[in-house]
Amino acid sequence: MEYEIIVGLEVHVELSTKSKIYCSCTTDFGGEANTYICPVCTGMPGVLPVLNKKVVEYAVRAGLATNCSIAEYSKQDRKNYFYPDLPKAYQISQYDLPLCQNGYIDIEAEGGTKRIGITRIHIEEDAGKLMHDEHETGTLIDYNRCGVPLIEVVTGPDMRSAQEAKAFVESLRNILQYIDVSDCKMQEGSLRVDVNLSVRPKGQKELGTRTEMKNLNSIRSMVRAIEGEAKRQIEVIENGGFIVQETRRWDEHKGISYSMRTKEEAHDYRYFPEPDLMPIVVDEKWKEEIRRSLPELPDARRKRYITDYGLPEYDATILTGSKALADFFEAAAIKCNNPKAVSNFILGDVSRILNDKGMEAEDIPFPAEYISRLVKLVDKGTISITIAKKVLEIMFEQKKDPEAIVKEEGLEVVSDEKALAEVVKKVILNNEKSVQDYKKGQNKVFGFLVGQAMKETGGKANPQLLNKLLKDELEKKDL
Amino acid sequence: MELYQLTVHEMSDLIKRKKISAVELAQSVLDRINAVDEKIGSYITVLGDEALKRAKKVQERIDKGEVKSPLAGIPMALKDNICTENVKTTCASKMLDNFIPPYDATVSKKLYNEDTVLLGKLNMDEFAMGASTENSYYKVTRNPWDLDRVPGGSSGGSAAAVAAGMAGFALGSDTGGSIRQPASFCGVVGMKPTYGVVSRFGLIAFASSMDQIGPLTKDVTDCAIVLNAITGYDPMDSTSADVKYPDYSKALINDVKGFKIGIPKEYIDNEANPEVKKAVLDVAETLKNLGALVEEFSLPLTCYAVPAYYIISSAEASSNLSRYDGIKYGYRAKEYTDLMDLYMKTRSEGFGVEVKRRILLGTYALSSGYYDEYYKKALQVRTLIKNDFKEAFEKYDVLIGPAAPTTAYKIGEKKEKPLEMYLGDIYTVSVNIAGLPALTIPCGFDTNRLPIGLQLIGKPFDESTLLRVAYTFEQNTEFHKIRARI
Repeated sequence: MEYEIIVGLEVHVELSTKSKIYCSCTTDFGGEANTYICPVCTGMPGVLPVLNKKVVEYAVRAGLATNCSIAEYSKQDRKNYFYPDLPKAYQISQYDLPLCQNGYIDIEAEGGTKRIGITRIHIEEDAGKLMHDEHETGTLIDYNRCGVPLIEVVTGPDMRSAQEAKAFVESLRNILQYIDVSDCKMQEGSLRVDVNLSVRPKGQKELGTRTEMKNLNSIRSMVRAIEGEAKRQIEVIENGGFIVQETRRWDEHKGISYSMRTKEEAHDYRYFPEPDLMPIVVDEKWKEEIRRSLPELPDARRKRYITDYGLPEYDATILTGSKALADFFEAAAIKCNNPKAVSNFILGDVSRILNDKGMEAEDIPFPAEYISRLVKLVDKGTISITIAKKVLEIMFEQKKDPEAIVKEEGLEVVSDEKALAEVVKKVILNNEKSVQDYKKGQNKVFGFLVGQAMKETGGKANPQLLNKLLKDELEKKDL
Repeated sequence: MELYQLTVHEMSDLIKRKKISAVELAQSVLDRINAVDEKIGSYITVLGDEALKRAKKVQERIDKGEVKSPLAGIPMALKDNICTENVKTTCASKMLDNFIPPYDATVSKKLYNEDTVLLGKLNMDEFAMGASTENSYYKVTRNPWDLDRVPGGSSGGSAAAVAAGMAGFALGSDTGGSIRQPASFCGVVGMKPTYGVVSRFGLIAFASSMDQIGPLTKDVTDCAIVLNAITGYDPMDSTSADVKYPDYSKALINDVKGFKIGIPKEYIDNEANPEVKKAVLDVAETLKNLGALVEEFSLPLTCYAVPAYYIISSAEASSNLSRYDGIKYGYRAKEYTDLMDLYMKTRSEGFGVEVKRRILLGTYALSSGYYDEYYKKALQVRTLIKNDFKEAFEKYDVLIGPAAPTTAYKIGEKKEKPLEMYLGDIYTVSVNIAGLPALTIPCGFDTNRLPIGLQLIGKPFDESTLLRVAYTFEQNTEFHKIRARI
């Protein structure tokens, strides 16, 4: 039987405000354990939380950028449970009146654009981190992350594959980076995903029983978890079993999930309104102020790249798929008259080098302007495209500007007709068979011969001139 | 009269006129503590030398003319749920027996800024849960008027200390009557201000939506002086009221002509003991004679106040007290097998019976399946009670009634009868539910020579009218001048 996979996500994103949600401690990552803490974020007796207004602003930004309606009146609630990383033994979150509701993000899915509903976005505080000490004699707690502001983005059960879930998370991450509310660094835990998943026979209307997998901290592991859990659920059903509603833990190492607790064992969080905080009021004026301050979002930017820069849709989509990449492109494109060539460089060699080095677009070690200068060098015929690729590699290594590299390495195009004619002669002499083939009408051999000649010059030959000289020489032989 | 028996304004007057020094005054009150606290048990922590050192510094500033506050050099003490930097703050609980806060409560800071001298920290019912100060991990506090009787609670240590001359004034906290009822039992003045008027920052939370710090003093004038020092907007407390605060001493006017005063029938009906009832009606007569209009009216929802209060306050407490888990500070069980065992043993051993009872009650009331029936219902009652008062205050400037149905009862009399003790809160809890200001002043004595307290309830943020009516009554009567003999 064919099955349909139903996926809904809860995405926790750390906001990049300077200070924590209820105190003035820094939100910086990587501090020595328990140095970014105070009586408030460690829940000492008698202290009180005071809401950081920036957190509300950032969450509203996220809501507006994902087409949510913003609640004029919302409140904060206590979610009660005992765990050593939660110093008050309750997390301040939002229960029945979240800040943002009923939004959506359009993703590119198989078969075109698909709209994924966002049920709600609410604000809450992060917890600390348990660490087992090296001697395994006990557990240590680092409270630095306590009180770092989070938004939780909850989607509808709208995704039908791991790929759609991946597209959603990438798109959400991109939007949040665009509006500058989070760095969304999954490796630092600033974006974490819970997956709700069920399966049903294709054509069936009712949803199957779902399971939840918590705290997936990379897109790769989310994709694997979805695929693995879907497979497990289908097998259970195929073998005549039933899915139990439960929370499962995905073991990335072993590639399987384990049951953590069933519905019966689920926590009763005893939510109730946080009496230490006042309701959150976002009036029309503030909301519009925030809306006006939003930068251009990925979708609008993509459309602009097509109309303003004349880029193909493919280029525009990939470039705007990462804010850093798009920023880099635009900074380079603006400085030369050949945006398509800039795009080619960025999507081709720049991306390849980044991939090889395991770097992100924000790690490019030279200014975007260097790319526009590189394009100009090619356009002016100072260097060939082949040499330009070489120059780019050196730019990554030495962080020097392209002109300096061309000069130092002597990479300028050889346009000396005499010298090139010599090269051509030599190539024809050494490739008797290819020349014969060419004469027999196998035109594609010409390319091979150009390549050989180019190789002779270390790639520096002026290609137009080289072509002309070679063609001339071959024709000559024909006579 | 001995120095320790004086009111704050009398002490202040002598200091200003250089008749006495802050050091002499502190010494006199410390001597008094040494002499009688063994019998009464008001203090958990006494700061002897530190207090004298502090008094010396204050006196130097007084001598240089650097201080103006009417509280400069006044020896005072704080209920032990108000955080004091570097001074142990226990909430009278084994759980916090070793807890020394690295920060001051806002009120502590404010009082230091007024150049007061902290003498120590006062006994209370554990985590402010109780009405007799019998629920302290450390000791029972005794009523200075009769050592066999309770001082009331939970601010029993505060009330007894002021009544026995062991502090110029004290601060207590009031979640359901915990300032007003002990003030009544000990014959002193106790004010629970409007919710939000005194910062809760540094007050160890019992029920956040009702907790409020207030003064216990020897007379109404002192109450106004202390109120001036501790009220005000605090950005560290989101529930703090950002309003314009009056000078409360300007409310001390001996005149109530034309004031409309209501007596809720439900406050003098069945529950009130006849002697208490008579004392309140006598007050009504006195005020009438002074030109006020006094009449009875009905607050029909009074009977729902106690159940609503115990649900809301216990629910909040169950959450507020969850942080005492043995992980970060405070008591931790000596032996445990795993995390769950650590939690269970720590909390079983660290909390007393009454605290555990409230945690269970509150946890139950918030549980899924019961939330709507209990917590939500209680919140609805809360709204109705607020409306009841709102209506009443369209007609009256002030409401009066007893602070408690009885005078001080015997130690042990109600300890094993929690429900009976809860019902003793019947006249005080509505005020906390509605967030109103209320003031207790002495208004008579019963046949056992035990003080009876009158409660005055005011409109939100209208502490001034309460003070004025109370001051007028005080100026025309002698009850506040009678001190307990120990």
